[in-house]
Amino acid sequence: MLAEKYADRIQKVFAKYPDKRSAVMPMLYIAQEEYGWVSPDGLREVAEICELDPTQVKSIAGFYTMYSEHPKGKYWLQVCTDLACALRGADEFYGQLKETLGVDDGGTTADGMFTVEHVMCLGACDRAPMLQCNFHFHENLDMDKMNALIAQWRAEAGK
Amino acid sequence: MAEKQYPNIIYREKDVPDIRRYEVYAAHDGYAAFKKALGMEPKAVIEEVKASNLRGRGGAGFSAGMKWSFIPQSEPVKYVVVNADESETGTFKDRQIMENNPHQLIEGALICAWAIQAKAVYIYLRGEYMDVAAQLDARIAEAYANGWLGENIQGSGWSCDMFTHLGAGAYICGEESALLESLEGKLGQPRVRPPFPAQKGGGLYGEPTVVNNVETLANVPWIMRNGAAEYKKIGTEGSTGTKVFCLSGHVAKPGNYELPFGVTIRALIYELGGGISGGRQIKGLLPSGGSGPVIRFDGNDDPRLDTPMTYEDFQKLGSILGSASFIVMDETVDMAWVASRITKFFKHESCGKCTPCREGTYWLDKTLDRIMDGTARPGDVDLINNVARNMQGMTLCALGDFAANPILHTIKNFPEDFKARMGAGD
Repeated sequence: MLAEKYADRIQKVFAKYPDKRSAVMPMLYIAQEEYGWVSPDGLREVAEICELDPTQVKSIAGFYTMYSEHPKGKYWLQVCTDLACALRGADEFYGQLKETLGVDDGGTTADGMFTVEHVMCLGACDRAPMLQCNFHFHENLDMDKMNALIAQWRAEAGK
Repeated sequence: MAEKQYPNIIYREKDVPDIRRYEVYAAHDGYAAFKKALGMEPKAVIEEVKASNLRGRGGAGFSAGMKWSFIPQSEPVKYVVVNADESETGTFKDRQIMENNPHQLIEGALICAWAIQAKAVYIYLRGEYMDVAAQLDARIAEAYANGWLGENIQGSGWSCDMFTHLGAGAYICGEESALLESLEGKLGQPRVRPPFPAQKGGGLYGEPTVVNNVETLANVPWIMRNGAAEYKKIGTEGSTGTKVFCLSGHVAKPGNYELPFGVTIRALIYELGGGISGGRQIKGLLPSGGSGPVIRFDGNDDPRLDTPMTYEDFQKLGSILGSASFIVMDETVDMAWVASRITKFFKHESCGKCTPCREGTYWLDKTLDRIMDGTARPGDVDLINNVARNMQGMTLCALGDFAANPILHTIKNFPEDFKARMGAGD
């Protein structure tokens, strides 16, 4: 249960705002961290913690793209293919990455390791091609660097 | 030839190692400006910032001091919200300001908070800047530990808190009223105005609120320390001070460059940016990311490249300076493809509240897809113009215009790129 396991963090979040409702987005991040996605259980728990209706919480989770309403791979790779990155080779890079992992846009590898998807501008246009892996930046990439990262992540996961 | 030196404000300490740490920042006169402000009447602080003509760096260019002066002092609870949602395509300056010199932002936000006597400052960062927010939290903790935040700050009798808040992936939250909705735990959709954020009923939790961009507030410590008169010596009359220009696309050296307003486009792209990649010719420039009208250039000798970079001069070019997110495109770029990419961005980011934007971006995207895949129908370009014109000025926030402008101007400035893709019938 989130309320017990993350009691300290939850209290710190509440201390920031005069209104419990403002805590809904930070709480959804906690739920996603715990369950790997915003699961029905996670939604219900966040609603209870913030004293909101579960439907309200679901609408928030659906509106913002960083909350995943479906399970993802262990490593969620979000590649920026927006205009500024595309001018610096992001489309080609993303094509090669999908080929290497054998998945289409939005797909997850059979072993559950990687989910890949293209996203809008991530604010790193001068360091394209780039991606976020579980919301951490990796910049100035090419396929050599990418293959090394994939190997590193596989090693970390023991796969 | 040695590179020309330009005066820096935001980046003046960029070569100081570890300037992000409190001890280093403090040793370089850090928080001296805030201390000076605390010795002044809040009203006098507002007057000083107003006199500097500091204009909002988020894109709209509205006078910061004016914004602060709209706050009704009689209201007991007021807020400062820092817009660090930076989501415009091609914009990556605020992230680097927060990463490299976070105390400069904290100090600027504190001066603003003192000037309007705010109860708290919220820094709203886009969710993807999670790592930046964690760093910023550590720096805010340093400011608390050294008595610049919390109860009775420096014996002034005034108390103020500062918090970071993460968005979760929504371009629209860079729009100030949508940002406030999001901070209140709601869908990030723009509000009907009036009341404006500065007014009772219009700001955060209904309280009067100043919303300023990161770069805007990062200028404030320098202004307080050196005075408005010194600040106005940098830049031009209508555009005072410096601007951080985000340079991306087909340039040899992409990155952030801080320059006084009034330096030419040519100096930025060709001197600092190393010119067009591979020695090719320039074709177009999006000066305010995806949301501003594209400017046409006919190669590297186009005299309009000598235009000074100011808010005023860019209007004369038929565009806007906006956030100064310069996406440079060379001669190989198909402008119909550019229009299609930008339209996909806005279709994805439309919040869905206003019909013209929600439906319009869908129609524009569908029609552009036909043009791109070779199945264009006669009249498709006219259809795009018609749909886009019916989005302009018809929505609660500027996003409807943002989505319409680039495509209208791409068609107007590069008709040949669209003609080439249309069938014989059009």
